[in-house]
Amino acid sequence: MLYSDKVMDHFNNPRNVGMIDDADGVGEVGNPVCGDVMKISIKVADDIIEDIRFQTLGCGAAIATSSVVTEIARGMSLTQAVSITKKQVADELGGLPPAKMHCSLLATDGLKKAVDDYLVRNGRQPIAAGTIAHDDPDFDPHAADYDDACEIEND
Amino acid sequence: MNERRIYLDYAATTPVDDRVVDLMVSLLKDRWGNPNSLYQIGRDAYTTLETAREEFARLVGAKHPNEIIFTSGGTESDNAALIGITTRARPEGGHVVVSAFEHHAVLDPAHHLAKLGYEVTYLPPRNEGFVHPDDLAAALKKTTVLVSVMHANNEIGTVQPVSELAAVAHEGGALFHTDAAQTLGKVPLNLAGLGVDAASFSAHKVYGPKGVGALYLKRGTPFAPQLRGGGQEFKKRSGTQNVAGAAGFVKALEIAVEELPAETSRLTELRDHVTRSILTTIENTEQSAMHPEKLPNLAHLIIKGVEGEAMLLQLDAKGIAVSTGSACSSGSLEPSHVLLSIGCPPELAHGSLRISLGRFTTVEDVDYFLDVFPPIVQKLRAMSPLYAKMFGSSAG
Repeated sequence: MLYSDKVMDHFNNPRNVGMIDDADGVGEVGNPVCGDVMKISIKVADDIIEDIRFQTLGCGAAIATSSVVTEIARGMSLTQAVSITKKQVADELGGLPPAKMHCSLLATDGLKKAVDDYLVRNGRQPIAAGTIAHDDPDFDPHAADYDDACEIEND
Repeated sequence: MNERRIYLDYAATTPVDDRVVDLMVSLLKDRWGNPNSLYQIGRDAYTTLETAREEFARLVGAKHPNEIIFTSGGTESDNAALIGITTRARPEGGHVVVSAFEHHAVLDPAHHLAKLGYEVTYLPPRNEGFVHPDDLAAALKKTTVLVSVMHANNEIGTVQPVSELAAVAHEGGALFHTDAAQTLGKVPLNLAGLGVDAASFSAHKVYGPKGVGALYLKRGTPFAPQLRGGGQEFKKRSGTQNVAGAAGFVKALEIAVEELPAETSRLTELRDHVTRSILTTIENTEQSAMHPEKLPNLAHLIIKGVEGEAMLLQLDAKGIAVSTGSACSSGSLEPSHVLLSIGCPPELAHGSLRISLGRFTTVEDVDYFLDVFPPIVQKLRAMSPLYAKMFGSSAG
């Protein structure tokens, strides 16, 4: 199993690490039992993500996908941000080993939860609900779609 | 990338010792004959092979050279022992006991035996990291044909009470195999004294070549060959022998045995230095197994609140090679079966770190690692959304 140079770059020099103190929305997904937990916080103005920060406990791919998803999402509208796919994240990193594809799902799901958290806080309808794999009680990380995904549960 | 390369994963494999390389190169050039041929070139190769076998038998305390069968490595030896002994001793089916923290080279053949209809017990070790003879006694059945417990665990380094376990197995009428890949050359070994019926060895763990191993089969131990063909190795393992490989293995073992007393005290001191330093300089760390009998060269620690693969990669970026039992390092779903078997919760097992030292490890190497490691842990803990929540605010 080999990581691309871009994965290693994001892992060694992760972008946008930390928590926004006065965040407008926060999303957290994963489970320490599986070894992966990701938390993302966003600052929103006019439905545009102005600032975004993450904290991740996890492997090289979990940290790299978290880092790259913050780069992709910064400056996006909320609608665009929740449409980021795990494939997009993996492609942006120059690919991920098959056993690590689920890590990019962790990153996109964390972002979706942060967006919905912002919307709900502001009395609006969530837009990502229903597309968050980690929210699905029947989410089966062992399914072929998720390759060798760790057992990830919604927090 | 750092220029410095520090290898602290000797339990995974070892560099081939120069003295072994030199011998093997000369043998590959001059003793390339088939040891089974009758003419001089064959006889020369035969002499080299059989001399190596006699020396190996002497070094491991086997009673007869023909109790030693050269193989392609530890995995082949384990497979042959589990399947070859069990199916020959009780072709009609029976019961097999293996410890739950065996290497996969034992566990997988045990799964295979289960598929063939044998009953298999995966005996859990105690949380201290060893298999208690009383637990084995309780697991035995009238139909138990074979018990396999490793001599030392490859991950946590605990040495098992093999001689007591073998005695318990024999009292219950079962045969006993031990995977001694991790103890060979590190712990004084006398097979006849240990009382085992079979044992597996690997050359590349003792500064010998990869692709070479040995299986000890005590005289009279039932065995069905797993490789059939020309009948080499006393009809127990067909295939033209790897003469240079076998001789290289034995040369490596000679060196290891000769240097064992001095290396044991040197490595034990270094190992304890590593363990103590980490436990005192990094908070929320602990030793994973408290069993006092341990390999002299292996430290195994739990670094709470950090994921193992991330630690491994950060250390790699500093030129340091170590090992972890986290799920993500292996691409599997679960963290190390070894750690789970000794009661380590998965969230802690993900943060396990194995540091294994060897012949070429210096005090400077260890001190460099001990300098570099705490900031890495701090960085990863600071990046974690849970660390402050679980362990208080400090990331140190």
